[in-house]
Amino acid sequence: MACTVHVASPLRQYTGGAATVSAEGATLEEILTDLDRRFPGMRFRMIDEQQRVRSHIRIFIDTHEAPDLKQTVQPQQPVHLLCALSGG
Amino acid sequence: MLLRMAAVTLWIATRKGAFALRADAQRRRWTLKGPQFLGHTIHHILQDPRQPKTLLMAAKTGHLGPTVYRSDDRGRGWQEVAEPPAFRRAAAGEPARAVERVFWLTPGHAQEPGVWYAGTSPAGLFRSEDGGARWAPVAGFNDHAMFPRWASGARTPDGELLHSILVDPRDPKHLYLAISIGGVFESTDGGLDWAPLNDGVAADFLPDPNVAFGHDPHCVVMHPLRPDRLYQQNHCGIYRLDRPSRRWQRIGSAMPARIGDIGFPIVLHPRDPDVAWVLPMDGTTVWPRTSVGGRPAIYQTRNGGKSWQRRDRGLPRARAWFTVLRQAMCSDGQPRPGLYFGTTGGEVWASTNAGESWRCLAARLPEIYAISAALH
Repeated sequence: MACTVHVASPLRQYTGGAATVSAEGATLEEILTDLDRRFPGMRFRMIDEQQRVRSHIRIFIDTHEAPDLKQTVQPQQPVHLLCALSGG
Repeated sequence: MLLRMAAVTLWIATRKGAFALRADAQRRRWTLKGPQFLGHTIHHILQDPRQPKTLLMAAKTGHLGPTVYRSDDRGRGWQEVAEPPAFRRAAAGEPARAVERVFWLTPGHAQEPGVWYAGTSPAGLFRSEDGGARWAPVAGFNDHAMFPRWASGARTPDGELLHSILVDPRDPKHLYLAISIGGVFESTDGGLDWAPLNDGVAADFLPDPNVAFGHDPHCVVMHPLRPDRLYQQNHCGIYRLDRPSRRWQRIGSAMPARIGDIGFPIVLHPRDPDVAWVLPMDGTTVWPRTSVGGRPAIYQTRNGGKSWQRRDRGLPRARAWFTVLRQAMCSDGQPRPGLYFGTTGGEVWASTNAGESWRCLAARLPEIYAISAALH
């Protein structure tokens, strides 16, 4: 199943500048794996080696923040990859 | 005798991107290039002396996790490596360590042309055998039975750092590294096993200053022509170690008392193991870590630390509150070595006469984390 992924600007260096891409998968984990297959290196910038979402990354499925990567994603639900940073 | 000079490029790693200063043949005129990776946090940029067209860059951004970029054309273009340094997946009950930033890069031995080492925060040692494309944890250190005590995870202002990875030019299996805070450690078997090497070094900030580890080395360097000689700028002074001795000697005691012997960087003359330069900072009271009294100066020893001379011609005479971080001072390794340092205020200063006089090459750059010289 394909879903729409909205990509925050710091991650668009991986998507060739695209703000929206499509990805295959029924869970967030599968979607991130598919994104990394197509855009190598992208996943590790968001997810650390212990499979935790990095501290300045937030992932939303539709309008709800995903607590972990096991969350299921319905085809009509967009995924938002957000970058959250404070300070100068 | 005419000494052949290579062309020098200074690579400047800043909190907001990478810059380069390219010199003419006499190192008189410098041209500022960049930024590259504007807005990225760059911790270290290093040329591969075995393949001079190759550079590695340790980077992250405020949002994104750490990574490494590689250039094979002297820094014109960069590609992200396939597998940046990362700890192994933690087993149940183990601390789940994750690399927060790649802080330090060191090329491997000349006989191991693809090997690089990386040091991270939190403390971790990583090795690549393919020119930096893929990195693996050095289990002999990261999973050493003593590691939880050697690297306690102390949160110094910028986090625990593994740095100063040194490879003995006579033996690729002989390695040193330093952790701030943790101390200096040595391996003689290629990283399979490690032991602390801190005898004689003060740890005034600990309840028991006579500990085997837990010290705060800020920068450790090995002389390339006399690898048995190490120097260390520590949180608690300047030290020298001549192997096979295991006991560091505090050579900073010969510094003027009003200046003290606290600082971050220490740089060696490429050909004379008795010559070193430090940049003292204010380590009193709340540790301002600025130039002492607002009057920046380099101090030079020509006799292995028995005495030190102030070198400040050309530097601001007053009201200059420089902070120079541990990776932000270097030599270009030329027969008549150029010396360079960068400040957290974004200035780059240079001397091409062994520190006798200084001039500002660039200003108004972002906060400078590291400077290294590449030769062409």
